[in-house]
Amino acid sequence: MSLSITLTLNGATRAVALDDMRVTLLDLLRERLAMPGTKKGCDRGQCGACTVLVNGKRVNSCLTLAATLDGAEITTIEGLAKGEALHPVQEAFIKADGFQCGYCTPGQIMSAVGLIAEGRAGDDPERIREGMSGNICRCAAYHGITRAVQEATRRMAEEQKGDAA
Amino acid sequence: MKPFDFLQPATIDEALSAWTDGAAWLGGGTNLVDLMKTGAVQPDLVIDITRLPGLNAVEVLPDGTTRIGALVTNADLADHPEITARAPMVAEALLSGASGQLRNAATVAGNILQSPRDAFFAHQEPASDPLASAGSLSVLGAEGTATAVNPSDFCVPLVALDAVVELQGPDGPREIPLAGLHQLPGQGARTALRPGELILALRLPPEAAGFAANARYLKVRDRTSFAFAMASAAAALKIDGGRITAARLALGAVAPKPWRVAEAEEILTGQAPDPELFARAAGAALAGAVEIGGNGWKIDLARRTAARALAMAAAGTPARIPALPASPFGTTAGDHAHA
Repeated sequence: MSLSITLTLNGATRAVALDDMRVTLLDLLRERLAMPGTKKGCDRGQCGACTVLVNGKRVNSCLTLAATLDGAEITTIEGLAKGEALHPVQEAFIKADGFQCGYCTPGQIMSAVGLIAEGRAGDDPERIREGMSGNICRCAAYHGITRAVQEATRRMAEEQKGDAA
Repeated sequence: MKPFDFLQPATIDEALSAWTDGAAWLGGGTNLVDLMKTGAVQPDLVIDITRLPGLNAVEVLPDGTTRIGALVTNADLADHPEITARAPMVAEALLSGASGQLRNAATVAGNILQSPRDAFFAHQEPASDPLASAGSLSVLGAEGTATAVNPSDFCVPLVALDAVVELQGPDGPREIPLAGLHQLPGQGARTALRPGELILALRLPPEAAGFAANARYLKVRDRTSFAFAMASAAAALKIDGGRITAARLALGAVAPKPWRVAEAEEILTGQAPDPELFARAAGAALAGAVEIGGNGWKIDLARRTAARALAMAAAGTPARIPALPASPFGTTAGDHAHA
């Protein structure tokens, strides 16, 4: 069967004609919408490399069928920076050296953005590690990743305070 | 993955009439899509129920019943103030399961119905020794057969709190206790659901909230986060004047269903809480356990997990769910008091 859906990808409306219901959001992004920033690791929901935001919540795009997403708002790693200005989480990953090979990094960053929005972890390193446990880093850059999430959490909280003042 | 057709009904009636042999309901997809990738499940038709109206709310009814819609995500339920206030061990169990990403997608009904891991292992490693996964074989309720445990954390506190499942099917609505939803070998299908039935909601009876002050979920696993339980326990006590006036105990990852232990609850009721009592109750909980495939360690582990969970419950529900939910390596004073 075939199905037409419309979704918002990084702020732009995209009409997608699906000719196969098996297509996951991950494969849709990488193979059909020229957005290869989202990475395929395990393809089974265990590694987190494919993490994106769907309607503002972090999910594994490898376990999300594209057919379910009519009307959804998707944010990928390509949609975080504003022009040349990096997102605070991206900047924090660079500053804190939160990666080595970089393959898991888009998923780590999207997961961190989702975690910070959830607001459960704050800047407590133990809660951050627990909250980021769905993202595997086989280079084991976990120390830097945790510091990056702490740093970004603090900076985004300060910016929010500044905006409110 | 085998090709399939896809429907996204807008009403419950539409969904029920779309059901056909070989169809599968799709919620968050975290279990179903995974199993479809392995070939363990091969539906001809996937019916996405996530757009059905009215299944997304958590509400407390006038009589004190908590009603939880089938499509509430694990993350939203764990964060819901009525759940953290009235059934904190349910929130702790949810937060001890899977990852942040999976909890954002996984639904209440999907969690309850998630497949035992044998389906996963059977298709993942067809040539492997079936006993290699003995850690996930049941030591209770399986009558010595090699039957995978129910992997849900969520179900364990739910069954301890007498949760009821509301169903809607081709023959109309009905409800069953959660304790009767999963079936043992010899009882027929894995669940008591009839073909084409949908879970609409879960209900926690008003009495559940009476345990909120002394309720914990404890989960022992290979690693502290994002792992299935090797043994788990939900323990809830009502303590009045230094005596336990009511007790609930259920075990996870030991049986094909969440395993409520009435014998242990009887031993606890009327007694003063102390470690010797908890050890005796936990011993009774595992009295009928049978080792299979060399997993006798699971029996010892479950017994100690149950005793520890009871001690943690007696110490009091922490004001905030610990950084490592349901972990024996908790960081609250309550956790350390009985370490």
